[in-house]
Amino acid sequence: MKYLDEYRDPGAAQLLLDEIRRISSRCWTLMEVCGGQTHSLLRHGIAAELQGTVELIHGPGCPVCVTDQAAIDFACQLAQKEDVVLTSFGDMLRVPGSRGSLLDAQTAGANIRIVYSPLDAVELARTHPEKQFVFFAVGFETTAPATALAIKQAGRYQLENFSFIVSHVRVQPAMESLVQAPDHRVQAFLAAGHVCTVMGFESYEPFVKRYQLPVVVTGFEPLDLLEGILACVKQLEANEARLENRYARTVRSTGNLAAQDLVQEIYQVCDSEWRGFGMIPEGGLELRPEWQNFDARMRFTEPALRVIDLDECRSFEVMTGHIKPPECPHFGKSCNPESPLGAPMVSSEGACAAYYRYDVTAS
Amino acid sequence: MMPDKEKNEFASWQVNCPVSVTANADCVTLAHGEGGRLSRKLIQDRIIHSLKNEFLIAMNDAAHLPEIQGPLALTTDSFVVSPLFFPGGDIGSLSVFGTVNDLAVSGAKPLWITLSLIIEEGLPLVVLDRILESIACAAQETGVKIVAGDTKVVPRGAADGLFINTTGVGELIKPIPPGPQTLQEKDELIVSGPIGRHGIAILTVREELAMEPVPQSDCGSLIRPVKRLREELGDQIRCLRDATRGGVAAVMHEWAEACGLTLSLDERSIPVSPEVRGVCELLGLDPLHVANEGTMLIAVKQGAGAAAVEVLQSLAETAEPRLIGTVNPRGIAPVTVRRTLGPEQPLDDPLGSPLPRIC
Repeated sequence: MKYLDEYRDPGAAQLLLDEIRRISSRCWTLMEVCGGQTHSLLRHGIAAELQGTVELIHGPGCPVCVTDQAAIDFACQLAQKEDVVLTSFGDMLRVPGSRGSLLDAQTAGANIRIVYSPLDAVELARTHPEKQFVFFAVGFETTAPATALAIKQAGRYQLENFSFIVSHVRVQPAMESLVQAPDHRVQAFLAAGHVCTVMGFESYEPFVKRYQLPVVVTGFEPLDLLEGILACVKQLEANEARLENRYARTVRSTGNLAAQDLVQEIYQVCDSEWRGFGMIPEGGLELRPEWQNFDARMRFTEPALRVIDLDECRSFEVMTGHIKPPECPHFGKSCNPESPLGAPMVSSEGACAAYYRYDVTAS
Repeated sequence: MMPDKEKNEFASWQVNCPVSVTANADCVTLAHGEGGRLSRKLIQDRIIHSLKNEFLIAMNDAAHLPEIQGPLALTTDSFVVSPLFFPGGDIGSLSVFGTVNDLAVSGAKPLWITLSLIIEEGLPLVVLDRILESIACAAQETGVKIVAGDTKVVPRGAADGLFINTTGVGELIKPIPPGPQTLQEKDELIVSGPIGRHGIAILTVREELAMEPVPQSDCGSLIRPVKRLREELGDQIRCLRDATRGGVAAVMHEWAEACGLTLSLDERSIPVSPEVRGVCELLGLDPLHVANEGTMLIAVKQGAGAAAVEVLQSLAETAEPRLIGTVNPRGIAPVTVRRTLGPEQPLDDPLGSPLPRIC
């Protein structure tokens, strides 16, 4: 299949693996930011192939995994209301809040619909005025423009039966917060290619200068990842710290300006609670005051539930690279995809789920 | 309960469906299920008219079936697919092929099936007629007779348009494939065609994903391929199974559990159509976990795989068969897969329905 097979060519992958091994004088520690990259690294055996040459830390880039439990609890709470239909993306449904997941709520009678685009949720609200529709908006800067478009659309239709739980998060503040920790181990970053497709990568220049860490914009297919890793290792071996784009077939330095304008128009930056990390300054997006009539927290006056924190999941240590998923005492025992203790075991982008699925030694 | 989207489509029925019950109503009403004149008319004019055979025309409480020699196979299955019509098939053809295929892969020659319809009040009669026509065609194609049936009508909201149950009886033909518990090391695994077509066809139409070309379901009969395989390979066949819900992965796990060995697949040899692969890549699904409705897995003794592929290749229903794996000593996991790149990996047993990923 075009645009796919050429980036999975075993011969080309072997050449890149050989080159990475050849130029590495020591084992370097890189962080891939995005969960999609983690998944691909494990599925295609790249992490295992590079053992001893490059250690890959699986960063916080699964938006489902870092969604605050309080937001999931609130979504479940609304979904259980008689006249509410809660809509969201598929892989949000299995993620446990502190009182169960949306799927659990559905089993208990809540009305929940999977949508493939927030615009589908707008259409549902438009054609069913008798129900209140809530879209649970999660994701990084990649999905934020689509939600923004849906909010504008809802505004255009003057929908009074549609609102949003906005849980969008921003990648770069999370990277900042990671490298500000005194014990961080990251020597270079593979930046998430799809986020850069939307946001561009100019904003990483000051980051690279300030922290003196290489940042390489990287895609998702095996050859994309190997090229990104090779570029990082080359810089590290030369004692350089530069911003590089190794996903140029998709990413432009300025990104998608129309999408950025839309994000600007609808949202403002806010501090945000990240599951496993705590409060990240400027780590999220919230609706601007002029759009707050679409904020589900304004529309519904449900009493805020206290998050029951069982504190068993060690996802923070996984996402900061202090332990690999199989080193967690719960991995594969009390925590597995059927009964997860934390989000990284649930989502198809989660690091623990990727190890559970693909890593031979772990299983 | 039908999802809201379908409810919206079905809302148009209300306009056409008068509250008062008349024989001319153009949709199914609760009165059609009450056993009186309307019930008889529905059964006579539509169901028996479409499916007519000597057993149904007799209208007995139970069908009187002729004596047959040898042991029987019996299977039952319920069909609740939404939407009722999908690219490549509909609930009617599916309900016949599904049951007939279960009999065929179990080693039986399908003979008779029963047909139970649970109809949601308001189903347009033209829809019912189309589905009955489809059932009749599928029965004719597979050579089975629909010998008994039942019709119930439930209030709006209590079903999703139409549910169908079919029960099938077949005559076991010797030598019966001995089953997955007899799998041995070095046995060979074959798939009869491109995988994941039914699941992706349903997903595409249900979620209105604008795919071009529209993915088509593989919904179809496996009788002829099974018959030919058994004629040509005889006792070389260990077991056969149509890979329905849970896809290839679910069948592989069942077989691995039955024999205690490892079933190792090679992704590069597993046929996947560009449409199915495209949707799966886009949504983060694994075609090995996606449902099929006219594609089967076959395990044969060492060395018989090529012959099985050759037999299947000569038939229109199974034109793209492939040898996809082998049976090995129990290794890292019950089922493993070697992908285009990387080492042999465990293939997980599907957990619930596949959920599309966010990005």
